Amino acid sequence: MATKVFVPRETSAVSVGADNVAVAIAREAKKSGESIELVRNGSWGATWLEPMVEVDVGGVRIVYGNVSEDDVAGLFASGFLAGGEHAKRVGPLMEIPYLIKQDRWTFFRCGLIDPLSIDEFRKTQGFNAIEKAFEIGAEAVIESVTASGLRGRGGAGFPAGIKWRTAADTHSDQKYIACNADEGDSGTFSDRLLMEGDPLCLIEGMMIAGFAVGASKGYIYLRSEYPLTHSILERAIAKARESGWLGEDIQGSGFDFDIELHLGAGSYVCGEETAMLESLEGRRGVVRAKPPLPAISGLFGAPTVVNNVVTLASVPNIVNLGGARYASFGVERSKGTLAFQLAGNIKRGGMVEKAFGLTLRELIEDWGGGTASGRPVKAVQVGGPLGAYLPIEQLDTVLDYEAFSAIGAMIGHGGIVVFDDTVNMAEQARFAMEFCAIESCGKCTPCRIGSTRGVEVIDRMVADVDREANYDLLVELCNTMEDASLCAMGGMTPYPVRSVLKYFAEDFASPRGIEA
Amino acid sequence: MTANGYNKEALSQIIGDFDARPEMLVQILQALTKRIGWVPEDAVRQLADELNLSRADVHGVVSFYHDFRTTPPGKHIVRICQAEACQAMGSRELTTHAEQMLGVPMHDSNDDVSLEPIYCLGNCACSPAVMIDQKTYGRVSTQRFDELVDALREGN
Repeated sequence: MATKVFVPRETSAVSVGADNVAVAIAREAKKSGESIELVRNGSWGATWLEPMVEVDVGGVRIVYGNVSEDDVAGLFASGFLAGGEHAKRVGPLMEIPYLIKQDRWTFFRCGLIDPLSIDEFRKTQGFNAIEKAFEIGAEAVIESVTASGLRGRGGAGFPAGIKWRTAADTHSDQKYIACNADEGDSGTFSDRLLMEGDPLCLIEGMMIAGFAVGASKGYIYLRSEYPLTHSILERAIAKARESGWLGEDIQGSGFDFDIELHLGAGSYVCGEETAMLESLEGRRGVVRAKPPLPAISGLFGAPTVVNNVVTLASVPNIVNLGGARYASFGVERSKGTLAFQLAGNIKRGGMVEKAFGLTLRELIEDWGGGTASGRPVKAVQVGGPLGAYLPIEQLDTVLDYEAFSAIGAMIGHGGIVVFDDTVNMAEQARFAMEFCAIESCGKCTPCRIGSTRGVEVIDRMVADVDREANYDLLVELCNTMEDASLCAMGGMTPYPVRSVLKYFAEDFASPRGIEA
Repeated sequence: MTANGYNKEALSQIIGDFDARPEMLVQILQALTKRIGWVPEDAVRQLADELNLSRADVHGVVSFYHDFRTTPPGKHIVRICQAEACQAMGSRELTTHAEQMLGVPMHDSNDDVSLEPIYCLGNCACSPAVMIDQKTYGRVSTQRFDELVDALREGN
């Protein structure tokens, strides 16, 4: 029987040579007359081990990490098809603490199966939830999502059940599901991992949302920076159509639902839900004033549920296992799990799906193993470019939406970017303003002009021109942007800036920062 | 449509592929960019005509999105991630190195190559990240960058 060998087809793995490794394995197997079945799975999210090759040895998956194409001949010589010893051998998958200590709810299939196999998807509960939804009805589905406590995983944390209820209760002949896959925050890649590793799960989540609120059409707005994801999603949608899981009268249920895949065009602000809707309508990604809420009047003026990828992909298991089960994970008002992403200067970067309630320190030290450079951690930015920079004194903060908001920070989409002590934080504060100036849609004045003025004020502070007066000016500018911007772009750019003023003010004292 | 070559019939065909729906403008511009690398002024006029939009509408969309260029790019586009996770792993130093090595400042082009910033490739656990044409690379040290560019030049 052919031995199964898994090599991820996932952006990070491929970016460090996984395609070449797959080719080398196929070639070496042929040369040595070994019979193998090469599976291009998704990534488990242990990105630091990529390219991570697994061999199925009698039902136990044996992991070889950081495999390069030059290792392949040696691996065959060491008998890796039987799990043989080799310098790159990590051990059985189910003994890797990084993975087994997680709470895999949304990502349980990621890495496990061939993401484009309807058959393997079905064998791992795939489409069970939509079948159950047909059975229990739309009302019960919304109740289940509400009971789960699931909040929007894109960053804003709005309760999904309430959004669905609003769209369901709004009468309209046409409604839409719009999946926000414009994952623009630096340090985040969980949407991408899910779409590359288990795209059918997202499709099922969108179908359930459509069934629950009465929408027959879904859109996925995918950022153009993810070309591999695009090709995988395209194929997954086509396979779902071919097998009757998308289209008219799905599996004889009478329910019609189809998905259109749209590409973004390199704009960060299009991750804001109303700017995304504008872009989906073919226009400049300029944010809309709210109200009206998109759930009442969204895409083309129709009621639209806008949810992030991970939010939608969390739904199938909520329907399968019940909202109460999901709500049993987490703390306080932060129920369930979040896909935390460890990025930047970190030894073991990757994705960790874990119930809310652990601390930043546990993630960075226990999972992440500290910095990649081996130098001390100086700052950690949580929640993307609009998130605060936290000093090491704050690492014991519990990861829950409210605890973060209490310290002027946010969890956002769960990205955690680690910096070592060589970083100059004045430079990071300047970048926050600069990024806002580059990406502002231009609709509201505080964001459009405030960000440019912010860069100038910081430059003067660093150059030691009227430092105190400029400090006051910067604080005032932050207040104006925060209070008067239309959306989170201008409204939250002050978060990282303020956090630098609060925790790392000494870095403004000299343009050379810590070397002074 | 060959390199830099705008061709009216070919653009009409792309527009037709999207059923000439005006709400598909961003998608049509992506398809055009994939084909010829940029959006010439003549294409803006044609898009306005065939989608029943004003030229200002089309120009507004072209100028809003970073992906759409109004000048032809070099043979290859090298994009270096400038966002925080890559900054934490030396993307600023890598950018300076790339400008020197390629002989092109950021945001600029020569016949061979365009050098552009990009804000996050979602490869943040393998920083610093670089995209060359449509391929993403991770853990790009200055040495690996040179190897990638050499491979590109050999391929020319």
